[in-house]
This record gives sequence, structure tokens and C-alpha cells, in this order.
Amino acid sequence: MDGVNTAGVRAAARVRACADGRGGTCLPVLEGDGPLALRRTRGSGTEAHVLLVGAMSGPLGGDRLSVRADVRPGARLRIGSAAATLALPGQHEAGARYDVRLTVAGGGELHWLPEQLISVRGSELQITTHADLDHGARLVLREEQVLGRAGEEPGRLTTRLTVRLAGRTVLDQQLACGPGAPGGWDGPAVLGGLRAVGQLVVVRPEFEEKPVTARELGGDAAVLPLPGPAALVTAVAPDALRLRRILDGASALLAPARD
Amino acid sequence: MSRGALLVLADGRFPAGGHAHSGGAEAAVGAGRVTGAASLEDFCRGRLHTTGLVAAAVAAAAALGVDPGELDAAADARTPSPALRTAARRLGRQLLRAARVAWPSGELDALAGRFPKGAHQPVVLGVTARAAGLGPADAAYCAAYESVSGPASATVRLLGLDPFDATGVLARLAPEVDAVVSRAVGAARGAVGEGVDALPAASAPLLEVGAEAHAGWAVRLFAT
Repeated sequence: MDGVNTAGVRAAARVRACADGRGGTCLPVLEGDGPLALRRTRGSGTEAHVLLVGAMSGPLGGDRLSVRADVRPGARLRIGSAAATLALPGQHEAGARYDVRLTVAGGGELHWLPEQLISVRGSELQITTHADLDHGARLVLREEQVLGRAGEEPGRLTTRLTVRLAGRTVLDQQLACGPGAPGGWDGPAVLGGLRAVGQLVVVRPEFEEKPVTARELGGDAAVLPLPGPAALVTAVAPDALRLRRILDGASALLAPARD
Repeated sequence: MSRGALLVLADGRFPAGGHAHSGGAEAAVGAGRVTGAASLEDFCRGRLHTTGLVAAAVAAAAALGVDPGELDAAADARTPSPALRTAARRLGRQLLRAARVAWPSGELDALAGRFPKGAHQPVVLGVTARAAGLGPADAAYCAAYESVSGPASATVRLLGLDPFDATGVLARLAPEVDAVVSRAVGAARGAVGEGVDALPAASAPLLEVGAEAHAGWAVRLFAT
């Protein structure tokens, strides 16, 4: 950690996953600092599991946090988080930034499944997630944003999610909500007064042969095939629990068939 | 710029097929989310600052001469709903047909050759603006205004809303249309040097979800 000062915390976590040559996955790089600690947990089969553990509360206003995950050919990595992330107000005028960069090589597989991000009243956070995949890479990415704790007004939250597949940007979406966001964010075109919004991105080379078909899911959710072997599930729900239920159901729909 | 040409292009009666689309208003009315002038205004405001901003920036960038292929791919990435991507291409094709007659130009011919299935409508709009001697702000105004005027006039038919009330909504949104155009043109100028990633990507989850639901309706008044 570069230190805590009036400019807020700067912290980075990095993980690199490689095939270990015996059918498993090793993690030659696994490091985090400050509020971002990474722990390797028991994996399953050929997959390595890593948990992002919040060692401090945050992000607070002024903080600059970043997570980098790099999955090499043949490696399989699953990253979760120990708890929901709370965006909190800080001492600083400047908002917080959280920057996630995921790269997956052909034949590699990454599951990025953090717990919810909760935008607490008075907070200001800009979160950017950028996934860059080579041809033949696999990805399951889930992100969920909850606007305020129970019964609370949200803070200011801006998210941007970009997915590049073999050099082509197939998804680029930004969402701005909370006080000070451009008008209409809570209205019937954008979130309609609902308080939880989530995205699930699934990239599987098999979708080239068997393309995903667009479909409406129950509630305010839909499966949307993207250009390339990829699909987005967009869901808006009254609360985090119902949102998770929709995304879990969608995830099962898009998962490989079990033998 | 020619103010006369701008009026021709921005006219709701310009034969480019826009009247067949509600811009998501039919789905929102069906879901009970738009019920009158106040909720229509909220709907239009949200659409203006999301898909309206993106369309305006793409149109402005095309008017500035940014490569239409890159802009079309950028519009794809910003339109995750396949129903909306198909509609945007159909509208692009219809606009291109009308534009090639109205303002014959080599650039419009080239666009038709490059995108036989149609390019995203804002891309065509921007290239049309160039052909008509208009600038990036003009193209952005057409796109931004269209993002709210479509739903407003559709809601008059869908809900039997008083046309005076619908026009009042548009008049109240006019200052925000100005602000969106200015953001869009700024971003488009950025895209000239930095590439299309500099374009805004504001999204509206309920518009995307609603578009897929709406595409499955057996009976509907509007195409989207």
C-alpha cells in the first residue's frame, strides 16, 4: 500500500493464473494490499479459487482501488469476494474509483463473481470493469449494484463495463445513478424506481456453433446475445436477493450442459 | 450550415420510417410504467440522457468523418438488445434510401455498398448530415430530439394523451436536449483523435429488457 493520506487510499490487487502442466492451475502472482487482500481457497478440480477479502471498510471518497486478473492459456480461475463491497462517503470531495481489469487468453477460463456493490448514501464511486479476451477464452462475469442499504437513498454511482473479444469491443455500457446523475435515471426508461441492477456476461466458444437466443426472463430481465460468442443478461430488481435469484437462474441457462 | 436543410432532415415527416417506432414507449406503457404526461416526461428524460446521448454522439462523429465501420461496431457494443440492433439497422437502411434521393453523394453511395443490411441509424444520420452540408451539432440535434419526440408522439396514440401535453413535455426537455448535444459533440470531437472508445456508452437497462419483451408481443402498434 502506498499509504493512507489526505488523497485517500491507493491499493492494488493482482492475480495471475497459469496452467501447472499437470492439468491444474497455479497462481504465480497473488498479491494485494491495504483494503484489497487476495486469499487462495480450496479449488475444485482443475480450477483455482481466490477470494477478495476486504481488510478495511471502503472504498471511501478519494480512494483509488484496482484489481487485475490475468488468466493464461489452459488455466481456470474463479474469483469471488468474502462480502459485499460498500461504497462509503469519505473526507474528500473527490469520489472513489475502483478499476477492474480482466484478461483471459485462449483456452483460459475466468469466473469473476464478486458479491454486490452497495452504494451508500453520500458516497461517490466510479467503477470500471474491462474484460479483454483472446479468441477461444471463456468468461463468466457477474456484477451487481444495489442502490442504498435498506430504505436508504443511494450515493452517486457510475459503472462502466467493457468486454473485448479478440480485439473487438462487443459490449460497452455505462450506467449513472444517484444524486447528481443525469436526469431520468430513476424513471421508467432506466431503473423505474427499482434498487438493484445486475449484469451477467457469459463468453463461451461453443456459442459460435450454438448461438444464444434472445429471451425475456421473468421480472425485468432478459438474455441478450452479443456480437460474437457472448451473451449479456441484464436484470433490474427491487432488491439484491431477487436480483441474485434472476442472475443465478440465467447463469444455469447459459452454463454448459452437464454430462 | 443550412438551416433549411436541417429542417428537412429533422422533420418528423421525413420519409425514413421513424413513425413506426415508439422508442420503447409501447413496452413501458404495457408494463404500466408510463401512464400520463409526468411519467412520459421521466421516460423521455431517461432516454435522452442514455440512448439519446449515445445516438447523438455517434451521429456527430459520423458527421465529422469518423469511419462509419468503426462507428457501427461502437453502436453495436452500446446496443446489447438484438431487437434494438435489428431495428437500428432497418431504420438506417430506410433513412439511407431517402437521403440518397434528397442529397445524392458519393459518401452515401459508399455507405450503402458497405452495409447492404443497413448501418445503425445514427451512423447514416451523420453521413447524411455531411451530404446535406450540415455539421456535427446538427446531426446530434436530430438524434437527440428524435430520442424524445418518437416516444412522445407514440404515447399520444398509445394512451390517448393530449397532444398539447406531449408537446409540453418536449418543450420542457428542450434545454436538456441542448446540454446533451453539447456533450455529444464534445465526445465526438474526442473520438476523431482518440477513437470510438471515447464515445459515451450510457445505457438504459429497462429499455433493453423492455425491447426484448415487446418483440415477443403478438399484437403491437409499433415495431419497437
